[in-house]
Amino acid sequence: MIDFLKRLFGQPGSSATAKERLRLVLMTDHLELAPEMIESMKRDLVDVISRYVEVDRDRIEVNFEQQDRALAMLANIPILSVNRPPSNGTKDRAEPAPAEPAAVVVVAAAPNVASPGAQAATESIVVRRRRRKRKNQAIAAGPKPAPAH
Amino acid sequence: MLDPVILSAQPEQNTKSMGESAPERAKPLGRAIVVTSGKGGVGKTTTTANLGTALAQRGASVALVDADVGLRNLDIVLGLESRVKHHLLDVLEDRATLDEALVADKHSEKLFLLAAAQSREKDEVDTEKMKALILALRERFDYVLIDCPAGIELGFKNAVAGAEEAIVVCTPEVSAVRDVDRVVGLLGNRFRPQLVINRLRPLLVKKGKMLSVDDVNAILRLPLLGVIADEPEIIVTTNKGEPLALRKDAPTGAAYHAIAARVAGEDVPAPMPVTKESFFDKLGALFGGKKA
Repeated sequence: MIDFLKRLFGQPGSSATAKERLRLVLMTDHLELAPEMIESMKRDLVDVISRYVEVDRDRIEVNFEQQDRALAMLANIPILSVNRPPSNGTKDRAEPAPAEPAAVVVVAAAPNVASPGAQAATESIVVRRRRRKRKNQAIAAGPKPAPAH
Repeated sequence: MLDPVILSAQPEQNTKSMGESAPERAKPLGRAIVVTSGKGGVGKTTTTANLGTALAQRGASVALVDADVGLRNLDIVLGLESRVKHHLLDVLEDRATLDEALVADKHSEKLFLLAAAQSREKDEVDTEKMKALILALRERFDYVLIDCPAGIELGFKNAVAGAEEAIVVCTPEVSAVRDVDRVVGLLGNRFRPQLVINRLRPLLVKKGKMLSVDDVNAILRLPLLGVIADEPEIIVTTNKGEPLALRKDAPTGAAYHAIAARVAGEDVPAPMPVTKESFFDKLGALFGGKKA
């Protein structure tokens, strides 16, 4: 009976769950990074960005997205103020702070980012990997070393 | 280029004994295609047997190589288990010639099987000798289909060693899709992997209870050769050792023939299973409303 009611109300099929779970697990597979590594990478990114602008650490979103067979990291980092936090020796060239924390860094895909640190000053952070190429090398080089988890 | 072991494994009367079924010596090298998946039990062996049968029925000469050393199965799926006298390792280790080891198929005159060793292990295969063997087969056959063992260890590496192309078999399950994704990453672009989706149940897909062809390929993004439905017929024909591809009139047999045509480069549409709905299915769908 419950089954019948569930069907009547059009509960989504389990294939949707399968799709979502696969999407997530493959992202981690492709990154070959443990979840805690991703967290620590997020923290480091934010630390670097915070040297230039003040960001809202609680509302940072970092997502991974498949673009063809490459993986892109998209970060959405709300900026509270463009004031640089005072740092030793640097002259504060502060502009007047906006009345409300409106500015949001919207990150666009850009290929071949060598160093996320260097790129943080601009408003774009993308980590993209040509995984095919890497795995090719892996198979050519024989048994692959275990990923550092 | 050829390994001396393999050269000596080819007898002088080579052209005589194989002359009727194998093509002329001057023919271009055949295509070596590895059938792989990562995960076990998704239908690699069934796909190899049926695709080989369909290609041979089209008139091509085909050698099937069972690279699953230690878990020999292709012979029994083809119904040839009683005819196997020598196996892959006998040839690689010079105890038998290629002609002695190749088993002629019962049904298709241009189809031959090189069985795996049953009582040996995958890591006993010498990768270089395997490469040379596949090359020797390519000189004689239009197609060399290699049935790859499950896993991504040495057995996989040996199976892909001599191949130039890959067909990956995937079922619409999370585990199979993940493993195919991994295997495709390992293969790289050199093998131009193409996808066969196996054991699809159209009705479950319609009900939203199984990943659809589009769901699977939104993730894998591979050229699709075709989709094979999960049909009781396949179990029955495997029980009998008569590949379903022998019956072109059966929907699944026809699907294997369409896949073979696509492999051969013909511009035919990728076969898709059709939904066969019973009255109760339709009734259920009616009440299921949005879900159907």
